[in-house]
Amino acid sequence: MFEILEKKVLSPEVSLIRISAPDIARRVKAGQFVIIRIDERGERIPLTVADFDRGEGTLTIIFQEVGKTTKHLASLSEGTLLADVVGPLGHPTKIGNYGCVICVAGGVGAAHIYPVTRAFKNAGNHVITILGARSANLLVWEDELKMASDELYITTDDGSKGRHGLVTDALRDLLQEKKVDLVMAVGPAIMMKFVCKTTLDFGVKTMVSLNPIMVDGTGMCGACRVSVGGETKFCCVDGPDFDGHQVDFDLLIARQRMYLEEEKIALEHYAKRSDN
Amino acid sequence: MMLQRVKMAEQDPKVRITNFDEVALGYTPEQAVQEAKRCLQCKKFPCVQGCPVEVDIPAFIQFIAEGDFIGAIRKIKEKNYLPAICGRVCPQEDQCEKLCALGKKGEPLAIGRLERFAADYERAQGMVEIPPRPKSTGERVAVIGSGPAGLTVAGDLAQLGHEVTIFEGLHKAGGVLVYGIPEFRLPKAIVQAEVEYLQKLGVEIRTSTVIGKLFTIDDLLNNRYDAVFIGTGAGLPLFLGIPGENLNGVYSANEFLTRSNLMKAYLFPEYDTPIKRGEKVAVVGGGNVAMDAARTALRLGAEDVYLVYRRSEAEMPARVEEIERAKEEGVIFKLLTNPTKILGKDGWVCGMECLKMELGEPDESGRRRPVPIKGSEFVIDVDVVVIAIGTGVNPLIPKSTPGLKLNKRGYIIADEETGRTSREGVYAGGDIVTGAATVILAMGAGRKAATAIDEYLRNKS
Repeated sequence: MFEILEKKVLSPEVSLIRISAPDIARRVKAGQFVIIRIDERGERIPLTVADFDRGEGTLTIIFQEVGKTTKHLASLSEGTLLADVVGPLGHPTKIGNYGCVICVAGGVGAAHIYPVTRAFKNAGNHVITILGARSANLLVWEDELKMASDELYITTDDGSKGRHGLVTDALRDLLQEKKVDLVMAVGPAIMMKFVCKTTLDFGVKTMVSLNPIMVDGTGMCGACRVSVGGETKFCCVDGPDFDGHQVDFDLLIARQRMYLEEEKIALEHYAKRSDN
Repeated sequence: MMLQRVKMAEQDPKVRITNFDEVALGYTPEQAVQEAKRCLQCKKFPCVQGCPVEVDIPAFIQFIAEGDFIGAIRKIKEKNYLPAICGRVCPQEDQCEKLCALGKKGEPLAIGRLERFAADYERAQGMVEIPPRPKSTGERVAVIGSGPAGLTVAGDLAQLGHEVTIFEGLHKAGGVLVYGIPEFRLPKAIVQAEVEYLQKLGVEIRTSTVIGKLFTIDDLLNNRYDAVFIGTGAGLPLFLGIPGENLNGVYSANEFLTRSNLMKAYLFPEYDTPIKRGEKVAVVGGGNVAMDAARTALRLGAEDVYLVYRRSEAEMPARVEEIERAKEEGVIFKLLTNPTKILGKDGWVCGMECLKMELGEPDESGRRRPVPIKGSEFVIDVDVVVIAIGTGVNPLIPKSTPGLKLNKRGYIIADEETGRTSREGVYAGGDIVTGAATVILAMGAGRKAATAIDEYLRNKS
């Protein structure tokens, strides 16, 4: 069992939990994920590791409340034991000294890109981070990203903080200004799609971390299949990072929506159960 | 001599497609004795030669004939720790029963049903005996995967006094027995009971531990373990490679069955994991997994379930019993039919285009090759498609274990008699070596590997 040692609400939709998982903490690298199952009746959901402390044996997970399971997870208090935390899964992000790297994060993607940003910086890159959200109160881990980056730019859709606009607006300006060697984007599929469209014009290699629906996370079920360069890949064992210019984002978005109806039913059922 | 075997009661097909309870209800003690008495107790016991784990079949049958059911199960358990499972899912008709002398004139002895009976009787009576634990040898063995091969290796080595840890990637032990085979064919409580039996033999089980990721084989060998057995099973699901296969509503059989069996999606929303309950479902394939998927789809409420298979029924790899049950339950067999395209609307499956096939000359599998009939395209109207055409190799262990020799198809190369691989102290068996096969063959491989590992541990120091 995996104890929740700390819990924080970071924004109206986003929470942080720190979990005791010494074996995983010892092994995990930037870009990898874990699969969590809350209890006996729970589903298995993949969540990216936002941070880890090998000495303390802990993992930090930051997640957005989107469905029943993430709402349930957000409602748990410190001291709760999770039935399962499996990992580290997927390949770590390839870290090297590329030169100038731009990390683009949307919403909760901020937490996912944090260990990657830190690793790029430690590898000697000049790291520029663009952090975007719908509005200021949904921005998470700004301070952490600031520390892990050489430059940080913020955009909000409503203009409540930083630049009024989308991450791609800031990205385009930066690409016009300087020579960029690599772009890494983590966030909603639609954001990653447009980041890739933007960088394609500049011929800058762009990596994305994909987040399809997953069950076992070990290559056994094929639920997480994505199309990359016209080939079907399993995100859990082939990814989660792929060359964004090769990814069929429309397919990813469609597959992410597979259980929208069921998610509604699950939420209603959960609300009823919580009332009792 | 009775030529016919004693019939086993089953749930009525009309009723059973509305629930996930077990289909076959098993023998009563009277029926078991009656069936056991048909055994000729022949001198050469050909049946034993047909059993990959060499259960002393005539001896246990004799116990049942005499009414000593506990004597029977103890006899079986000398060779087989998973009798309630094997009695249900072994292809006995191709193994022990195939060689039964009774089969020459009438129906062979129902060895599988009697094995099941003895195991169920022992459990129902609460008389499961735990053999005394032998003195520890101090040797430690890591077993990767808790399916039939891993469970057998673990049981054998524990009985020989070695300290055994099973590492399982999923959150429940049992491998294909829990994620793959449905409740109506193999109740999960039975798997659970047999796994607990192994734990009582001293086997430690670590679930949710993915070897190749959390620890590598080398980590295990460097840190605590003197030998490793790899029994990780059949790996990545294969797809047909036809257009439309990534549409919403297209599942691999592994995903479909894992959602339903392991995650209990048929109880959604009481359980959190969803599954698409199609109205018209096509399952592509002709093996036991395809039958399981088709019958699961019916129980999830599908009106029409089509089993689409490119050869004829004679070539189907599924057990005859499973094919018959699927037919009784109303699965519509579309034989000599090969899917060419999955059709979609708004990102969802809305049909499957198929070609009619005819059988040509035998191919490398010895079965007649299906050849497409030109211009025979037609469309089946479906909203869920399950692909059950087999599996390839999972890369996690091969890629993270330097020096482990693989064959051309990526399976681990292991000696057939010992399970020995190219790495010292590393053994492998079951589907990761042979490709997808049966529960009992995996157990047979596990049994041989356990003998070899024991010998290795005793000679190495």
